[in-house]
Amino acid sequence: MPIVASLARATLLEAVRNRLLWLAVVVVVIAFGLAQFLNQVAITESREIQTALLAAPLRVAAVFIVAVFVITSMVRELSDKVTELLLSLPGPRSVYFFGKFTGYAMLASILALLSALPLVPFANSQGLVLWTLSLICELLIVTAMSLFCVLSFAQVVPAFAAVAGFYLLSRSMAAMQIIAGAPLQDPGLTDRVVNALVELIALLLPALDGMTQTTWLLGSAPGVSALGSVAGQTAVYLVLICSAALFDLYRKDF
Amino acid sequence: MSQRSIAGVPRGVLALLALGLAAQIGLKATAPPPRTAAEDLAPAPSIAALRLASFGDPVALGKTLMLYLQAFDYQSGSKVPYRDLDYSRLEAWLARILELDPRGQYPLLAASRLYAEVPVEAKQRSMLEFVYRQFLLDPDRRWPWLAHATAIAKHRLHDLPLALRYARAIQRYAVADNVPLWAKQMEIFILEDMNELETARLIIGGYLQSGTVKDPAELRFLDERLRQLEARTAGKTSAKELRQSVR
Repeated sequence: MPIVASLARATLLEAVRNRLLWLAVVVVVIAFGLAQFLNQVAITESREIQTALLAAPLRVAAVFIVAVFVITSMVRELSDKVTELLLSLPGPRSVYFFGKFTGYAMLASILALLSALPLVPFANSQGLVLWTLSLICELLIVTAMSLFCVLSFAQVVPAFAAVAGFYLLSRSMAAMQIIAGAPLQDPGLTDRVVNALVELIALLLPALDGMTQTTWLLGSAPGVSALGSVAGQTAVYLVLICSAALFDLYRKDF
Repeated sequence: MSQRSIAGVPRGVLALLALGLAAQIGLKATAPPPRTAAEDLAPAPSIAALRLASFGDPVALGKTLMLYLQAFDYQSGSKVPYRDLDYSRLEAWLARILELDPRGQYPLLAASRLYAEVPVEAKQRSMLEFVYRQFLLDPDRRWPWLAHATAIAKHRLHDLPLALRYARAIQRYAVADNVPLWAKQMEIFILEDMNELETARLIIGGYLQSGTVKDPAELRFLDERLRQLEARTAGKTSAKELRQSVR
């Protein structure tokens, strides 16, 4: 456990020294300014417009920052042979993995809280709490996926492309399922095969489209059950992706 | 980088991987299928907003929007009939998609073959007029959809003047070489159906004299058609004279 805590602290320190939190603050300030500008333009529903145009870009920006930081930090560590040094510590490889994951998860949680800050004046409080917790869950999934991809590919571009593809696909899967299931003509063999393939991919992807909804901030917030399903999905997916990443890490011959 | 065998992976990790995979599949398999809430078709965004949203690739956005529009009639897992859609909004969406992707044929195919075939006459007519207006913007590429609209006006709506207006537009504005003879001659056939034999005869005569017809087979066909019309016109005239003399 001390190794996990040390690794987590070192990872968080790296983020601070990379001025990542300053970057997050700058993003938040720019998004806030943009929302204020659009508030001047809007004729009606200005509060809703401000909230929506703040929440959606902040969510995407947080995902982008987390994914890029995890991938570049891990690739730099691999290139500098720091990974090998850390793996030589008296502990199994899983300790190294969970140490890094804990550090990145803490950073993701801080980013989610920073993203929620500018929404405080506009959103209803219960909805904002749900939105923030859901964003933490979403960022944890992205963190785990980024770790898994960077351990598999060990390079920035393929790892980031895989994470971006995973994120976009996960968020649009429900719409794709609806479109695939609504052919204009009687479905032929190809339609059925494509439909089955889409359903299969959907089984393996997390339901990100149901997470961190902007509507939660606008109208009446959903009940705690919504958070339950989000937390359940996050827990299951973290087990899957972390075990897949560990599987890959244990097989690597450094 | 070389890899160790799977035997090198702790059993706990393998068990966790299997458990995670089973749990994920179980969770998603038991979740209700994705559904959109049954709702009215939203008003189409402005073309400026859509261009902004396209990030410089309006064609890709146009194609995506067409799929969205096509899937819109499937809501809450059950099919909402096309006739229940708000046709003024539908037209606005189709027009925006055509503005984003002017060479795309999909919106006009959907307009003439899907949305114009609902059993509500007012909606059929509004969709046919939409096809007509869009045809006028690019006749050489969009004539097939107005030709289909002509057929609907003639056979479904039984509105020969409307069919004639569309057929005339094809004859007059669709002048590309790839526009087939049957499309250009729809006007003549509709005039025949309207018993406007003299007008049809004059159109074919003018068509032959204009020198725009070069293909020998087309010339032969038109010539034959002209003679048939002349015979029918003569027969009609003599019958009329006979009726007048009897009176």
